Amino acid sequence: MQHLADLVLLLVLLTSFLILGTTRLTTCIRAVAVQGGLLGVLPLVLEPQWSAHTLGLATGTILVKAIVLPWFLTWAIREAAVRREVEPRVGYIASLILGVVAVAVASAVATRLPVPGDHPILLLATSLSCVIMGLLVLATRGKALIQVVGYLMLENGIYVFGLTSVDRVPFLVEVGVLLDVFVGVFIMGIVVFHINREFDSLDSARLTELKD
Amino acid sequence: MLLAALVLVPALGAAGAYGRPARHGAWLVAVAGVHLSLVAWAWLAPPPAILDGWLALDPLGLVVLTVVSALFFVVATYAVGYLRRERGGRGFASWLLAFLAAASLVAVSHHLALLWVGMEGTTLAFAPLIFQRRDRRSLEAVWKYLVISSVGIALALLGTFFLATAQGDLGPGVRPLVLDDLVTGAAQLHPAWLKAAFVFLLVGYGTKLGLAPMHTWKPDTYGESPALVAGLMAGGLTSCAFLGIARATEVTTAAGLAAFARPPLVAFGLLSLAVAAAFVIGQSDIRRLLAYSSVEHVGLLVLGLGLGGVGAYGSMLHLVNNALVKGLLFLAVGNAALAAASPRGGLLRAVPASGVLLLVGLFAVTGSPPFGMFLSELTILRAALGGGHPWIAAAMLGLLALIFIGIASMILEMLYAPAAAASPPVRESRWLLVGPAALALGVLVLGVAIPGPLQDLLAHAASALGGVAP
Repeated sequence: MQHLADLVLLLVLLTSFLILGTTRLTTCIRAVAVQGGLLGVLPLVLEPQWSAHTLGLATGTILVKAIVLPWFLTWAIREAAVRREVEPRVGYIASLILGVVAVAVASAVATRLPVPGDHPILLLATSLSCVIMGLLVLATRGKALIQVVGYLMLENGIYVFGLTSVDRVPFLVEVGVLLDVFVGVFIMGIVVFHINREFDSLDSARLTELKD
Repeated sequence: MLLAALVLVPALGAAGAYGRPARHGAWLVAVAGVHLSLVAWAWLAPPPAILDGWLALDPLGLVVLTVVSALFFVVATYAVGYLRRERGGRGFASWLLAFLAAASLVAVSHHLALLWVGMEGTTLAFAPLIFQRRDRRSLEAVWKYLVISSVGIALALLGTFFLATAQGDLGPGVRPLVLDDLVTGAAQLHPAWLKAAFVFLLVGYGTKLGLAPMHTWKPDTYGESPALVAGLMAGGLTSCAFLGIARATEVTTAAGLAAFARPPLVAFGLLSLAVAAAFVIGQSDIRRLLAYSSVEHVGLLVLGLGLGGVGAYGSMLHLVNNALVKGLLFLAVGNAALAAASPRGGLLRAVPASGVLLLVGLFAVTGSPPFGMFLSELTILRAALGGGHPWIAAAMLGLLALIFIGIASMILEMLYAPAAAASPPVRESRWLLVGPAALALGVLVLGVAIPGPLQDLLAHAASALGGVAP
């Protein structure tokens, strides 16, 4: 199970890099959906004996992070007619390099902190890397939708860390689902913003018509 | 029971208020009145902890609870007058009451994950209130507020996870993340994880508090939301966020790591004062000016906490003063806006009563005697001098003087400068004046003589934070 867990964690890291390096919004959303699915599998490979709690956590995570939120994001793209590609303030190559730096920093920190329980050290490193890369996307990308993806990455990093305390502190990881409420509100905000902009342009167009 | 009622009454009130905008004012006052009397009951008969110690009321929580409840009651009376002039929308009262419920949860939570849930609730409750005007500018403000606050909230959750990790393997009878067990078992906490937890909680809740450099949402949000909402944020939301930082400090101090916790608190405090001074000078918008003044005062709150000793007491006193004064100023400025008076000058003639209140607020917020903030700022200054930090004291005094000049020059111009077009005085509604007048009276009383029970409570709260009463 240990090797399987390491493999899943590495895949989580790879999806994060994919988000940092891609130019297309739809690829970003697919990558974050895959990442959500991997996070759902993670508690199953970390705990050899599956309890009802572990199974519930896995199902809930896959449902929210791999299905509902990505679908909602895709819906927002269609609804708000966001067609343009991502416009980063920091180039893709530079983001990828910063991502590598993030992993290096996270690994350095992770080796210094005692890993709780008997969890793999990669767990801590992946968690912190995702947090840093999420913050990176939030800080360097101008588009609101990609910022939401960055927020999801940040949240996923926190979730991975929360898995270390699943057996000691009940319901702590589940509290993190409240962060998804923000994601929902953001997506609604984007849609409202675009609808608003449509109305604005409509109004001003009509005003010039009346003047003629 | 009482503790549950403190959260449930406003929560049910919020559900009951949805729709029916015509009755929002009366409903708000009624629920706020019930809540305030429940708080008074908690003062007279301290309620026992419930839910296995998850909900409990200690002095620190009671200070925040009282401040929020009292300010909310004032804002509720003001809302009666406000809703006669402006449309509130279907959810207006619901969102306000949802904030009260979430803030009460923050104040009575002794489980730090539950406290975090309350904090997230306060964040979300304000979003629709900021978006009250439903135009582009308020949409931009609410977006900025939500993105920055949500990142802060996420980091605070990570800090909470770190704190759970610092507890390690729990001994028998030790409840995870329950404050009392964290404090009594502080010596067993893992120092590295505890330090990491403190940093993340400080930055996370500091973002909600609006400490520089995480304050950038504040000017836009306070500038675009209705005055009573901005007042409630500057006085109530900040108190809740400060409680989050105070809890982190409480645990860290109990673990004997005060020497680690204090320098970053002082640094954030001084930086906030410096940023406020830089942006207050030459500010042209009164609401943004008040927002930077809020950055100043939350900076003073953490500065006092970081100095320790009498500084912690000064911080607690400042928390009360800040809520009263910020409420007073935002409501008085809101009156001028409701009367459609030009903010460029002549307010003392156009809206005489609100003008006088604004003048009182000016002297109160800049820490002039005989108002309460004079005392609390003096106490924090004494902590700096007594603790052997003359440079911190000098920096604080210099920055406060700059901020005084900035705020005074703008508000005095608003009040006395000849208005562009002389308008006859507007008749001001009593509902819009009673609340701010009560707040002005409160901050005056706190400056003359602090009531005995309040002084005891503040001293107890300060001692939990490793401080002493002067």
